[in-house]
Amino acid sequence: MLTSPKLDYALLAPILIILATAILGVLVEAFIKQALRARLQLTISLAGIVIAFEQLYRVRNQGSSMAAITSVSIDGAGIFLQGTILVLAFVGILLIADQDHFAPQASALPGSIEEAAALESGRAQTEVFPLTLFAVSGMMLFPVATDFITLFVALEVLSLPLYLMAGLSRRRRLLSQEAALKYFLLGAYSSAFFLFGAALLYGYSGSLSLNGLTDAIHGGGGNDVFLLLGIAFVSVGLLFKVGAVPFHSWTPDVYQGAPTPITGFMAAATKAAAFGATMRIFYVGLDAAQWSWKPIISVIAVVTMLFGAIAAISQRDIKRILAFSSIAHAGFLLTAVVSLNQSGLAALLFYSVAYGLATLGAFGVVTLIRDSAGEVSDINRWLGLGKKSPLIAATMSLFLLSFAGIPLTSGFVGKFAIFSAAYESGNIYLVVVGVLASAIAVFFYLRIILMLFFADASNDSVSVVIPPLLTRVAIFLSAIVTILLGLAPSILFDVAQNFAYFIR
Amino acid sequence: MDVSNYVYLSALLFTIGAIGVVVRRNAIVIFMCVELMLNAANLAFVTFSRIHGNLSGQVASFFTMVVAACEVVVGLAIIVAIYRSRRSASVDDASLLKR
Repeated sequence: MLTSPKLDYALLAPILIILATAILGVLVEAFIKQALRARLQLTISLAGIVIAFEQLYRVRNQGSSMAAITSVSIDGAGIFLQGTILVLAFVGILLIADQDHFAPQASALPGSIEEAAALESGRAQTEVFPLTLFAVSGMMLFPVATDFITLFVALEVLSLPLYLMAGLSRRRRLLSQEAALKYFLLGAYSSAFFLFGAALLYGYSGSLSLNGLTDAIHGGGGNDVFLLLGIAFVSVGLLFKVGAVPFHSWTPDVYQGAPTPITGFMAAATKAAAFGATMRIFYVGLDAAQWSWKPIISVIAVVTMLFGAIAAISQRDIKRILAFSSIAHAGFLLTAVVSLNQSGLAALLFYSVAYGLATLGAFGVVTLIRDSAGEVSDINRWLGLGKKSPLIAATMSLFLLSFAGIPLTSGFVGKFAIFSAAYESGNIYLVVVGVLASAIAVFFYLRIILMLFFADASNDSVSVVIPPLLTRVAIFLSAIVTILLGLAPSILFDVAQNFAYFIR
Repeated sequence: MDVSNYVYLSALLFTIGAIGVVVRRNAIVIFMCVELMLNAANLAFVTFSRIHGNLSGQVASFFTMVVAACEVVVGLAIIVAIYRSRRSASVDDASLLKR
């Protein structure tokens, strides 16, 4: 006798609202006439995100491990991460709204007559908005999913739109398409590992849910080969998504090739979602087997922090520098995962907001620095920009200082929280390596700031364009939050503390 | 016949796929290898479902098929776009992003 499934729609509503908005966006793309489309898509997307956030705020104090039978568990950490992803998506869409970054028709051949005609007549497609929202819905599901089917489906729902979005750039289209190809092939490869790992863990425990896995580990008696291989393969899938060494090789290429607003959105929101899911899998599902995975993940955290910080030094392209910086930050966040305590979870929640907004702001500034051929991402051509446009250069410096973890910025508070959580859990060597990696990282962040302010301009063709209103709003919001969380971290940190729990 | 042989078969298929991704140079063939890995996972799910005597593994394999179909749509779109602009689907030719 089958019982019909019971769904708690109030708790699932934020995800469903985003999905519905995305589908509405597809219909708008098909039926509304060209002139209105871009503006309508933007309005609908932002409205959908605001409504979803409002619903999320309404249910913030509820929680249930049975929101969709045993597949979804809405709890404090899940709600906080969903809120984070919605905020990051809101700011990201403000950046994406500048259609100048996207190919008018992604299917047209680069440099072809059709492309030129589409550009000239203004027949631009705006499918990037629904794609973003589909990715957001997957990101919101990923950290709250508690069985391996849902985890896999959420992983793919968040990844597939991102593969396409990476290939939508208007300028340097071959580079952009190549980024999409690399991201797709490596992403599909890693999710196949994730799936096979899930199959092995199912073979070990006989259950697809994380709770069933914990029970099986406690009970013993299963085949440990399946457990260990399963943990290894699932970890490969997760570590790829967060961009940890040795699964980081896609990061610099994709960050460089993708349209800059997409890079910002991807870097910020994917990290929050993937680390949320990683934390839940290790915390809820594999806690009982922590002696099998903790040493390896700790080593990966160490290598990731150091590699990201050292490899960034030799880079000249700002988007690649930010990519290596994001690898280093993945290492810091892995430190929080390895801590396996409540303060580690709270630190991870706080860090994903602080890092996400600073990243969006930094990539927002990158979109503004251009010459006649488009964005200039070579930092050697940024020399002396601080004299031409001090405000933009100062804002960029603020974000870089936040990445570096200089006091009075949000990045400092985030790093401090992570290191104190690691200290609390007894992983002192992780704290030492983390501080060392931060010190190395300060070098290349400061180098950029020095180039901006204390060098003479090398050529005059590079300039800062007047930002479109929405880009200005996005950068302004990110800058305000970065300073505010640095000056008064308790505003958000107390909230993160309260929400830092998982329901089993 | 011993059911556990199917686990070995799925591990073998997965390994063939995983090695194929690394050694082959054509994007379409790499993609086929990834699909082989997904199908190996499917076989493992179904076998374990039989061993444990519950249906979750079989349900999982249905979901995998649907997701794999979606992945084909997105993947082929990207590969075809690359092929049209470069007249080649080799991953070695797509190397503008190397440092």
